[in-house]
Amino acid sequence: MSDILKLTAADLAAKLRSGEVSSVEATQAHLDRIAAVDGDVHAFLHVSDHAVDVAADIDRRRAAGEELGELAGVPLAIKDVLVTTDMPSTSGSKILEGYMSPYDATVVARARAAGLVPLGKTNMDEFAMGSSTEHSAYGPTHNPWDLDRIPGGSGGGSAAAVAAFEAPLALGSDTGGSIRQPAHVTGTVGMKPTYGGVSRYGAIALASSLDQVGPVSRTVLDSALLHDVIGGHDPHDATSLTDAWPSFAAAAREGATGDVLKGLKVGVIRELDDTGFQKGVSESFRASLAAMEAAGAEIVEVSAPHFEYGVAAYYLILPAEASSNLAKFDSVRFGMRVNVPGGTVEDVMAATRDAGFGDEVKRRVILGTYALSAGYYDAYYGSAQKVRTLIQRDFDEAFAQVDVIATPSAPTTAFRLGEKLNDPIQMYLNDVTTIPVNLAGVPGISIPSGLAAEDGLPVGIQFVAPAREDARLYRVGAALEALLVDSWGGPILDRAPILGGAR
Amino acid sequence: MAKDALMDFDKALELFEPVLGFEVHVELNTQTKMFSSAGNPANSANHDAAPNTLVAPVDMGLPGSLPVVNETAVRYSISLGLALGCSIAPSSRFARKNYFYPDLGKNYQISQYDEPIAFEGSVEIELKGGDTIVVPIERAHMEEDAGKLTHMGGSTGRIQGAEYSLVDYNRAGVPLVEIVTKPIFGTEHRAPEVAKAYVAAIRDIVRSLGISEARMERGNLRCDANVSLRPRGQEKLGTRTETKNVNSMRSVERAVRYEIQRQAAILAGGGTITQETRHWHEDTGRTSPGRPKSDADDYRYFPEPDLLPVEPSEELIAELRAGLPEAPSVYRRRLKTDWGFTDLEFQDVANGGLLAEVEATIAAGATPASARKWWTGEITRLANAQGTEPAALVTPESVAELQKLVDAGTLTDKLARQVLEGVIAGEGSPQEVVDARGLAVVSDDGALIAAIDDALAAQPDVLAKIQDGKVQAAGAVIGAVMKAMKGQADAARVRELILERAGQS
Amino acid sequence: MSEITPDLVRHLGVLARIQLSDEEVERLTGQLDAIVDNIAKVSEVATPEVAATSHPIPLSNVFRSDVPGDMLSLDEVLQNAPDAADGRFRVTAILGEEQ
Ligand SMILES: [Mg+2]
Ligand SMILES: [Zn+2]
Repeated sequence: MSDILKLTAADLAAKLRSGEVSSVEATQAHLDRIAAVDGDVHAFLHVSDHAVDVAADIDRRRAAGEELGELAGVPLAIKDVLVTTDMPSTSGSKILEGYMSPYDATVVARARAAGLVPLGKTNMDEFAMGSSTEHSAYGPTHNPWDLDRIPGGSGGGSAAAVAAFEAPLALGSDTGGSIRQPAHVTGTVGMKPTYGGVSRYGAIALASSLDQVGPVSRTVLDSALLHDVIGGHDPHDATSLTDAWPSFAAAAREGATGDVLKGLKVGVIRELDDTGFQKGVSESFRASLAAMEAAGAEIVEVSAPHFEYGVAAYYLILPAEASSNLAKFDSVRFGMRVNVPGGTVEDVMAATRDAGFGDEVKRRVILGTYALSAGYYDAYYGSAQKVRTLIQRDFDEAFAQVDVIATPSAPTTAFRLGEKLNDPIQMYLNDVTTIPVNLAGVPGISIPSGLAAEDGLPVGIQFVAPAREDARLYRVGAALEALLVDSWGGPILDRAPILGGAR
Repeated sequence: MAKDALMDFDKALELFEPVLGFEVHVELNTQTKMFSSAGNPANSANHDAAPNTLVAPVDMGLPGSLPVVNETAVRYSISLGLALGCSIAPSSRFARKNYFYPDLGKNYQISQYDEPIAFEGSVEIELKGGDTIVVPIERAHMEEDAGKLTHMGGSTGRIQGAEYSLVDYNRAGVPLVEIVTKPIFGTEHRAPEVAKAYVAAIRDIVRSLGISEARMERGNLRCDANVSLRPRGQEKLGTRTETKNVNSMRSVERAVRYEIQRQAAILAGGGTITQETRHWHEDTGRTSPGRPKSDADDYRYFPEPDLLPVEPSEELIAELRAGLPEAPSVYRRRLKTDWGFTDLEFQDVANGGLLAEVEATIAAGATPASARKWWTGEITRLANAQGTEPAALVTPESVAELQKLVDAGTLTDKLARQVLEGVIAGEGSPQEVVDARGLAVVSDDGALIAAIDDALAAQPDVLAKIQDGKVQAAGAVIGAVMKAMKGQADAARVRELILERAGQS
Repeated sequence: MSEITPDLVRHLGVLARIQLSDEEVERLTGQLDAIVDNIAKVSEVATPEVAATSHPIPLSNVFRSDVPGDMLSLDEVLQNAPDAADGRFRVTAILGEEQ
């Protein structure tokens, strides 16, 4: 494996700036890596056929003395939920096979403007509905730590691409944990920003009031660097915040010194006790807390009595909004069309949506249609929106006592492909710790906390901060990351099995 | 389609009390759409746009697209709400109305549901004879229009039997305000007249605000008329029908009359009214059943998660209130005085929905009397014949120009009517029609004298009578001369010349 | 127990414009029933005095000025069309033959 591949995005950017490495070299190295291992991993749905040209352009501009962004020339993998003008955007669905967007998602446009080099589009559960990437219409992605296991979802492709060194950085989207849970099971970092902190324009909507685009990387600093590029106000998204955000990269660099842990109050949620968590996940979580405590942090128990309603509320709000957001896939203007001889346009729409949507999508669309139906709205959607209020209050009360909240990022390590596929309720419980964060709109980050003793698979710890305090998460995340990497003697991914080693 | 049985209107009113209700959709004439920055086809700048050339990603529901609210559309909506005497909600919200239809790019319409921007108002309308009636307004809410479907094949243009349809999304996302009345009681025999006058009043209001072109024939203003009947003395409201696709004020009047007669015949025969939407057919003057109300009307409304509440400040509302034009009732009183019309003359104009046209024609230089005469006379007659609105036929500027040609003696009244037809047929401005058709009055006495001499020579008995002092006999020659001149002569001048040639002046 | 029945699922399929096969209806009935049993508990805590949250971060009056922009070319509009004619999207008949 080329040395370039092992570099963090920050280090690669430094070598690009110094001229030690060119963007063409870096891009080609990643394309070669994709060619070598993606047959096994299947992180990508599409690989750009002109990434090297884009890289060459960056190299030319750099040589010409142009002032370029900090990440200029660094390759980037893009979750297929984000629309791109130069590559198909399918959101993992057959119904959008080959779809070409006439415009770029805002985050993609910003990444291009900053000189990042799009490598390709990454695999995902269809329309981001899932926690395992098994619901992709194009086949599952495999976890680089164990190819028989799930890479998490819905953004399993982005996490696996980064974990497999196919890309140093990736973009993800997180509606109930789709950035953080894949990070947890692949030993990578994933950040779900404050709702409104990153534009949703051009992110194919799953649940509009929960969706948030965010960075995926191998280190906290790398996520922060990418967040700096994609974040900030976008007039195309009415829910986009107008806040002036601090530099997240500066926050991560400051955090890495470790000072932030001294006197930091870290909340742990009483109601999230160890039951329901895999033993190795709980142990890794406790060990991380102990390390932080040893570095001067104070662990405080807080109560979040309404978290137990989070999954239920989520599985009402998400399907309801999704049933409406996915109505546009009707065969009229774009996407698949199934012709029905002698049929009306209604027949064509219904046949297309039957053939074009996978089981999980149909399940949730029907569920959401039910939740919004006359006579059920108040009991279901209306009540779920009230649970959001209660969960926000839980967070408010907790953050009155602590600076950040810590939870395991997910209850178990990567499970085997197929293991939960036919048990939607078990699948839904994967996101028990990440969902409340989306419901409340607050930011959350998952960073590797270690490997579970019983299976040797990665575990993540999630930190949650009050709304708009994304920088705090980069500070705290970088501080713990520094402690842990130090204790491990190197990044956690050094301990992942070698992929395609012979090739 | 079987012909409906109809009861005589007066008989129907003896037995039943009509209750009306209206939903009027007003297309705002903003530069851009309600939720996108694509050009607005309801603004005159974009009338000629080709299909699908006024489309932004959200108008066609492209993946990843998001709506953003047009501030001007909100201001217009608040102004309209205030002009309707409504309260403006301190906080209102958008909602999604979910239903599948190919003209709806997202397969939901962004509308307002339980939190409209304006609510609880009233509109005073004036009827023939000067009576007024107050129409109670329930709400006015903001929403977006749908695209346009054209049905092809089969009996072309009709949805039934069409082989395929073509979809144009230009109109998708045009800003609409939907004005919903409460049930209107006590209209009695005047129900059809009230319907027409209500729509005219809304049209006058939105025109005076300058927020819509308000051309019904263009669909800028669309009326759904709800009609129900209840037996005399009954408290409970009858089942209503909602007649859609009523695209002229005259049709609103006719559709309400038709529904009263149709429903009365059914009820008197012991039948029941089906709650349904009905379609108005301009050609036959009838309504036909559309879709019955069913559980397919489960629109699954929920708050639009892509948009945020609209919370107009007290200051904004005060600013917009201060900018309102005078109320139409005040405006009418002022016009009546300014123009010097009698009650009857003024009502003729007002009830014809022609105040704005007459006002603009006067502004373009015509006298009030001539402006009134054109609009309530010839233009209305032609519009009725074509089943359209007078305003759709000709512009006030053209009418004023036409009258100038009459005043200058270039045209006689009769010639002017021919020129008007030419203008309506799209042959150009009045002067251009005069030039192209060669319609100007012949003012060359030589040509007239030659024709007069010919006519007098052909009718020696008439000449003798005139010379005998029976000057009224000249009338018989005038007709012949005018015919010879193909009407392009001034009859008064012809008469003068006849008497001159006969030696009587 | 919730009230999910095959007829209800079939009706939801009509509302959602998904042509469900009998096998799908049957499978979904069972799955939705179990899911609804699990999520119905939201009503336990959703008491009248709790306000509903539809936007996680409260904002209001987010507007765009009325200035044209963002328009697609006709080619871009039609570039993914499954079928088009005369610059418009073509769909099969809206209604069946007149009965
Ligand atoms: Mg309506
Ligand atoms: Zn409406």
